[in-house]
Amino acid sequence: MYKTYADVKAAMEKGQSVKDILQSYLLAIEERKDLNAFTEVFLDTAIKKAEEVDQKIAEGKAGRLAGMVIAIKDNICYKNHKVSASSKILDGFESIYSATVVERLLAEDAVIIGRTNCDEFAMGSSSENSAFGAVRNALNEDYVPGGSSGGSATAVAANLCTVALGSDTGGSIRQPASFTGTIGFKPTYGRVSRYGLIAYASSFDQIGPFANSVDDVALVTEIMSGMDEFDSTLSSKEVGSLQPTPLKGKLKIAYIRETLDSDGIDPEIKQRIEQLINCLRADGHELIPVSFPYLDKMVPTYYVLTTAEASSNLSRFDGVHYGYRSKDAVGVEATYTQSRMEGFGSEVKRRIMTGTFVLSHGYYDAYYSKGQKVRRLIQDKTNEILAKSDVILLPTSPSTAFKLNSVKEPIQMYLQDIYTVQANLTGNPAISLPIGLHPNGMPFGLQLIGNHFEEKKLLVISAYLNDFC
Amino acid sequence: MEITDELIDHIAHLSRLSFDGVERVNIKKDMENMISFMGQLSEIDTEGVEPLVFMSTEFNVLREDIPLTSMSHEEALLNAPKKDTDYFRIPKVLSK
Repeated sequence: MYKTYADVKAAMEKGQSVKDILQSYLLAIEERKDLNAFTEVFLDTAIKKAEEVDQKIAEGKAGRLAGMVIAIKDNICYKNHKVSASSKILDGFESIYSATVVERLLAEDAVIIGRTNCDEFAMGSSSENSAFGAVRNALNEDYVPGGSSGGSATAVAANLCTVALGSDTGGSIRQPASFTGTIGFKPTYGRVSRYGLIAYASSFDQIGPFANSVDDVALVTEIMSGMDEFDSTLSSKEVGSLQPTPLKGKLKIAYIRETLDSDGIDPEIKQRIEQLINCLRADGHELIPVSFPYLDKMVPTYYVLTTAEASSNLSRFDGVHYGYRSKDAVGVEATYTQSRMEGFGSEVKRRIMTGTFVLSHGYYDAYYSKGQKVRRLIQDKTNEILAKSDVILLPTSPSTAFKLNSVKEPIQMYLQDIYTVQANLTGNPAISLPIGLHPNGMPFGLQLIGNHFEEKKLLVISAYLNDFC
Repeated sequence: MEITDELIDHIAHLSRLSFDGVERVNIKKDMENMISFMGQLSEIDTEGVEPLVFMSTEFNVLREDIPLTSMSHEEALLNAPKKDTDYFRIPKVLSK
């Protein structure tokens, strides 16, 4: 069992081949089939790639990720492999190109082991809304792994791969990381190419990794980051090494008082975070309590804007060019409508309807335009806090993982993301670090939000906080 | 605000979706909840605030206009539910 890339490398030094390592991961996937973490294992191409990497190692030409076995969320394209966003509407669809992140990981000799189950089109916080059925939490199969990147999170927690990629639009990497005791990282908007990521909300989406060590998160993020001719929203800022170095000097850490004072937060999580705050203070860091006036408005703002973008992005699924087509539609219009009605699940339809509403004539100003203005206020306030501090500290989620089928109301599910949507509304990088185990047996995370493009600082602080107190 | 059946049908049409019977009742209820949830934004004073439209820090990213084939004919048609050698096929519009 390999928990981290360091474990893999240690095994390789003792003579294990990349193929041996891959085989042991494949065996682990088979043993934990009940988790429903993978929608497909890319058996043939993974073995072929492992053999190729072994050959390269023998020739002394292997890349920086030789031996690392990576799973990708089922919304990231890998040429000649299926991808479905865990939706019936992409049933049978095969990618004709690879996402830039996949190209870059393969170029450094990672093995892509398979695609992981998720909420349909990355819309959800529990990974229960998938055409492939619900994903289960590796730590207790009665519980959800969080979502939408639940398959990736549970795969890393169960050591079914070294690293897994997810996508984070409103917390879809960080919340499942918190629920599974893994590390989940959403880079700055514009740091990692979105080319080849099936779009949900284009001004929010970012690809990022799940791993069991900060070093692995840093390495994979560093390789994925930087300019790409296929995504013009990327920053031209230099990436540089993201490997965490020892923390120098003392930090200024802002923490949002309301996130701890709210009635909604689990008392155990609150207590643990307050303990951490006290430890940091005792270690000489400056802990600054701040107030964030828009906390309860963040999720509504997020839904106005993301549903609008989703309604536009998902208009491409028309039953004509690719994917599912209704068997009994007559004519063009009916082909569109029936294919979409039969192909999309109910949560996706709900969001397309909501997004179309906020963009429609007569409601655009009151909802969509208003949402964009509130987004500016939230970004300004976040920048203001981060101008006076190194990071913002807050819980990742107000609670630990919940039981399968226990959250039924859509809005109750949306409020899962209360602490994570901020970083997507503002574009800031944010990470979830495991900081404790609840008496109910489930883990929970601490979230840090950094300044735009200060991935390195965020990872240095993350490494410092590892086993801190 | 009141959500009427007419509004649901109008939005559904724009979305190329269609709801009947119990599905229509459910989506109407969900839309009512969502719209009232999102309506909370009206409590925030945004007088004089410019909408935040672009998240990217780069503006006017230009490149040379070089003609190239990004996708072959076969690749473009690979995933079509129905096709012939050159075209996507759709179901018959008129029946005999």
